[in-house]
Formats: sequence, C-alpha cells, structure tokens
Amino acid sequence: MKARLDGAELGYGAATVLRDVSLTLQEGERVVLLGPSGAGKTTLLAAIHAQLIARDERVALVPQDHGLVPQMSLRRNVYMGRLDDHGAVRNLARLIYLPRGLRDQIAAVLAPLGLSDHATSPVEALSGGQRQRTALARALFRGGGMLIADEPVSAVDAMQAAEIMALLSARFTTAMIALHDVALARSFATRIIGLRDGRIRFDAAADRVTDAQIARLYG
Amino acid sequence: MRVTTLFVALALILLPVADLSTAGHDPWPLLGRMLAGFARPDFAAVETLAHALSLTVAFAVAAVALGAAAGFAMAPFYDRWPVRALCIALRSIHEIFWALLLIQAIGIGAPAGVLALALPYAGIFAKIYAEQIEEADPRPRHALPPGTDAISRYLYACLPLIRAPMAGYTLYRLECGMRASVVIGFIGLPTLGFQLDSFFRKGDYGAASAILICYVVLIATIRLWMRPKLAPLWLALSVVLLARIDAPPMGEGAVWRLLSEDMIPAPLRAGEGLAGLIPWLREMTLTEILPGLWNTLIATQIALVLTGAIAFLGFGLTVAAVTGRVGRLAGHLGLVVLRSLPEYMLAYLFLQILGPSLLPAILALGLHNGAIIAHLLGREAAAVTPVLRADAPRGWSLWGWELVPRLFGRFLALCLYRWEIILRETAVMGILGIATLGFFIDSALAELRIDRSVVMLVVIALLSAGIDAISRHLRRRMKLRPVTGADCAAV
Repeated sequence: MKARLDGAELGYGAATVLRDVSLTLQEGERVVLLGPSGAGKTTLLAAIHAQLIARDERVALVPQDHGLVPQMSLRRNVYMGRLDDHGAVRNLARLIYLPRGLRDQIAAVLAPLGLSDHATSPVEALSGGQRQRTALARALFRGGGMLIADEPVSAVDAMQAAEIMALLSARFTTAMIALHDVALARSFATRIIGLRDGRIRFDAAADRVTDAQIARLYG
Repeated sequence: MRVTTLFVALALILLPVADLSTAGHDPWPLLGRMLAGFARPDFAAVETLAHALSLTVAFAVAAVALGAAAGFAMAPFYDRWPVRALCIALRSIHEIFWALLLIQAIGIGAPAGVLALALPYAGIFAKIYAEQIEEADPRPRHALPPGTDAISRYLYACLPLIRAPMAGYTLYRLECGMRASVVIGFIGLPTLGFQLDSFFRKGDYGAASAILICYVVLIATIRLWMRPKLAPLWLALSVVLLARIDAPPMGEGAVWRLLSEDMIPAPLRAGEGLAGLIPWLREMTLTEILPGLWNTLIATQIALVLTGAIAFLGFGLTVAAVTGRVGRLAGHLGLVVLRSLPEYMLAYLFLQILGPSLLPAILALGLHNGAIIAHLLGREAAAVTPVLRADAPRGWSLWGWELVPRLFGRFLALCLYRWEIILRETAVMGILGIATLGFFIDSALAELRIDRSVVMLVVIALLSAGIDAISRHLRRRMKLRPVTGADCAAV
C-alpha cells in the first residue's frame, strides 16, 4: 500500500472541496482521475502527494501550473528535480556550471520529449506546450517509482500526448494522474476514479468502467 | 477629501507662525547675478569639474555596492528580529548624520563617506530585497522536491524570479546614492557639493552652473552608462579613485573613544548617575530639542502641502494628451531637473538667495518631492490614457475629468508615503543653518558633544517612526493601495 484515505474531508484552508473520500493506492497501480474542472482532482492529488512525502517516498511531481522558474534555462529547470539529492554547495556550483555528465543525462531525458534544441533557452522563451514538456522532463529526470501529475499533457497535441503517456507508464511503476482525455485515460490507466461535485462517483479497474459512467460525470 | 482638507488647513494655520522672513535680504541683485552666471555656464575649470564629478560617482557606486551586498546577505533573515532591529536602526539615521558621526569617529576620508551612505542603504536594501523575496511567485518553490535544503531552494526557485526587480531597485538606489554623494560634499567630503560650495563662495556662478548641468546630465543618462555588464568596471574604477584620496591621519583608538566615552551622556560619564541625567536632559529639551522639533514639524507640514500642490498640478505636464508633445517634453525636463537636484542642494541654492529661514527649506522640499510624485503619477497617467474611450476630452479637461479622479487615491498614498521622508530631510537641513533639529545636532558635533547629538538623533528616529505610523494608519483607513519602496524605483 502506498497511500490511503479513509472518509477524509479535503480542501484548501477552511473550505472543503472533497467530502467522504476513501481510497487506497497500491504499488504498481496507474490511477487516472477523471471529472469536470472544479470536481476536486487537484485537491485529491495534493492530499495523496502530502501523504507520500510524509512517508519519505521519492515522488516525481508535475503540478498543473508547472512551477518552473521562467528566467532560468530549460536545462537547469530540469536539474531542479534532483536538488534534494545534493547539498547547497554543490547546487550552487551547478547553478554556475553544469558538468558534462549531468548535461548528457538531461539531454537523454529531453530527446524523447522533443526538447533537445531548447536545452539552453530560458523557459520564458518557450511555448506553452514546451513548458509543459519541461515540467515532465523534470519529473522524468527526478525518477523514482512514483508519479503524481496534474493534467500533464493538456497543452500538447494528441499524437505527442499518447507517446508521452507511454513514456510515463514505462518509467514509473506507480502513478496518479488527473486527465481530461477519456481515450488517453483508458489506454494508460489500470484504475479510474471519477469525481464530480466534490465526491467520488466511481472507483474501479479501467476495463470495468463504462462509457455511460464517464458520460454522467460531465453531463 | 477630509484628510486633504485637514492637512491643508493645518499648513495654512502654521504659515503665519513659521519663520519665513527673508531676513532683511534684498534677494534681487544677487538673483540677477546668479541668473546671469547660470545663463552662461563656464566649463573652463574642466579638471576640477571632472574630478568632483568622478568622485561623486565613485562614492555613490562604492557605497551602493557595499550596501547592496550587505542588504542582500541580510534579506533572507529579515523576518528574525535581531536583523530587523539592526536594519531599522541603520535606516533611521540619515546619510548626512551618519557622515557627520563617522567623520568624528574615523576622520574625514573615503571610508567615512562610503560608510555614511552604505550603512543606511544596507538597512534599506535588506528591507526591500526581503519584500521582493516575499512577493516572488511561490509556485516554483512548491514544485521542488521536499527534501531540498533552504539555500538551494532560495538560489534556484526564488532568486532567478526576482533578479530583474532587484537590479531595478538597486539602480534606483544608485540614483539616490548620487544625490546623497553630492550632499556629503557640503560637509567637507571631496564631492560635487564641496566644489559647488566653493564656487558659490567665490561668486563663480558660471562654473557652478556648468557643474550643475553636468550633474543633471549624468543622472538623466544613468540608464545608459550603468549597465549590469559595466558595473564591475565602474566599481573597480571607483575603488581606485577613492583609494587615492588623501585623508588626515586619525589618533589611535578614535572609534573606541567615541563609542566608550563620547557617546555616553556627560552626567553619566562624570558619575552623577540619574540625578545628573534628568536636569541634563531637561536643559537640552527646553533649549534645543523643543525649538528644533517645533521648526522641523512646521516646515514639514507646510512642505508636505506644497509638495502635494506641485505634484497635483505638475503630473499633467508629462502626459502628452494634456500638454501636447512639446509640452510633455518640457514638463519632463523640468521634473528631471528638480528630481535630480537633491533637496539639500536646492535648499542651499535658495538659502543663498533668500537668507536663512524656513522658507528655503520648504521651497526645496516642496519642489523636489513634488517633482518626484508628479513624475510617478505622470507615469501612471500615461498608462491610463490609451485605455480611455475614443471621445475622451483632451488637454486640461482630460486632466481634471479623467486623470485626477482616477489617480487621486494614488496621489494621496504617495504624498503620505513621502511625509516621513520630508520630515527626515527637514531635520537634515538644519546643517545649512536653518533652525531645525539638524542645526542642533551639527553644532553639538562641532563642539564635540557627541552625547547630545546622539539624544537628538534618537528624537528624530522616534519622530519619523511616529509619522510613519500615522501615515500608515491613514493610508489603511482610506483603503489606499499600499506604496512600496520598489514602486518608486521603477522609473
């Protein structure tokens, strides 16, 4: 078991967004959260992330807003995924000079994402889709077994999205991802959780969730 | 509106009480000679001129670099009270008073001049940088791996975000530093103020005019010559220039004597204890502090209203839709000149013409601060005009009907923000011989009664803290958008 919520009320500050949430995340599961915006997907991801962090799990995170530093180069933004592996002195040195070995490792992450040409561009000079792929590159560079991602392919085209999702399922054994593309969700997930109006509407293995169930989430 | 009326009424009541006499001076012949001199700037004394200008820049650059480095180091810890208290203490003493104190402590030389600016600036930089850190977008920080240490967190996810505003503010401070650097010349350091003073004493108004023109040009073009890439070069040149200043040698242990003896109140030094201290304080309060305080406050209140009047009428000048293209250029030019000349220097000029009274101080403060606020408002007005409807009025109707109503809140906020600054500058002008608190500080220092000057510096610090508190309270009650130090920087 990786994480568990038992009748939890989740929200920001005093406002409750999700009520009566019970779920358990097992090792090896790829969970996709579906539901209209405002349903509470981000809140649920944040709660699971906090729990994993509290247990010292190594989690790769792709927040919805990416959390990139616009003024810094793409390459260094990717390096930031491993800041906690090193002390301040080494990180400071790498801010000034990134050694060859690391540059190659980062380049290996950038290539399948189609970012190789932009390694040294500042993030603020990139397009929306490129920024999103930079955030994904950071998560891939961080590595580990666990991925939490909030709409990680919302700004890339359908072809690329499918490739990226395949890449993610190859690299991370366990994942919880919020998506809005139902077809993509079906091809990626082992389990799908449907959310609407602050409640879990269904939670089942991906092949047992019907199209009608999903349609009711958005209807 | 009520607050404005109150302030204006208070100033009008104080007007008859204030000493605004021209002291039997007949200013006209002198003014005529000055204007004649100013109309014919004399660049003959090129060498002196270049020397004074380069030293003015050198003091400013070295001091701002030192202050910025110290402030940068303190900023991340600004939320801890010892750092905050140190910074408040450093800031609460004006550059000129620091200069006077430091000259007593370490002698008149480059270190005294640099530290006089760098010490208060370190406190200001720490505060502003800390504000900028606090306002930085938190999302990149939140997206970091949770085990990241604080220093890496700061270096990667915070510093890159605020580098541009930090550099912008530092450049603005350099402009302030250039003004302060001029002013420390009036108390003997080898900058432009010193040169200007000696030209005035000789009645060489042509040379004085030349020096003023060069200085205004230097400030107006600061963005052209002060580039991040050139900064190390300017800093190195400044250090070399400053290292070559001859300074008279100081006796051994002068600093220690100042701290351990001279600053201790005389009765305590003589071992009289509290029994001696109270009469000592009472005597000083009655003869120096109260009269100084009274004059400082009167001049501050009248100058504040004059500042407001000039800013209110003046900000329209810089908006093309109000005054037309030529008018806008002229408006900008006028405001740039008034903004670049430090209020102390303006007061010095007016004092030559009008003789010693509160009048030169009030005029100088009103013009300088009014020009600053007018400039800031003008910039906001220029940002508003393109979004107005196509059939909006033009000229002064635009000013009255569209701009004033939109910007009045901002105008009040800026005036109240500068209230405390005006108070501090008023106190400083005492050094020119005007009977504000600075006059008594200067004379106490001249008589080597450091203890008395320290008491009066504390009075000024308390007074400005009080004004600052009232100003904040008023701004909050009127729900005005807060003004930050950085707002004034983005020139």
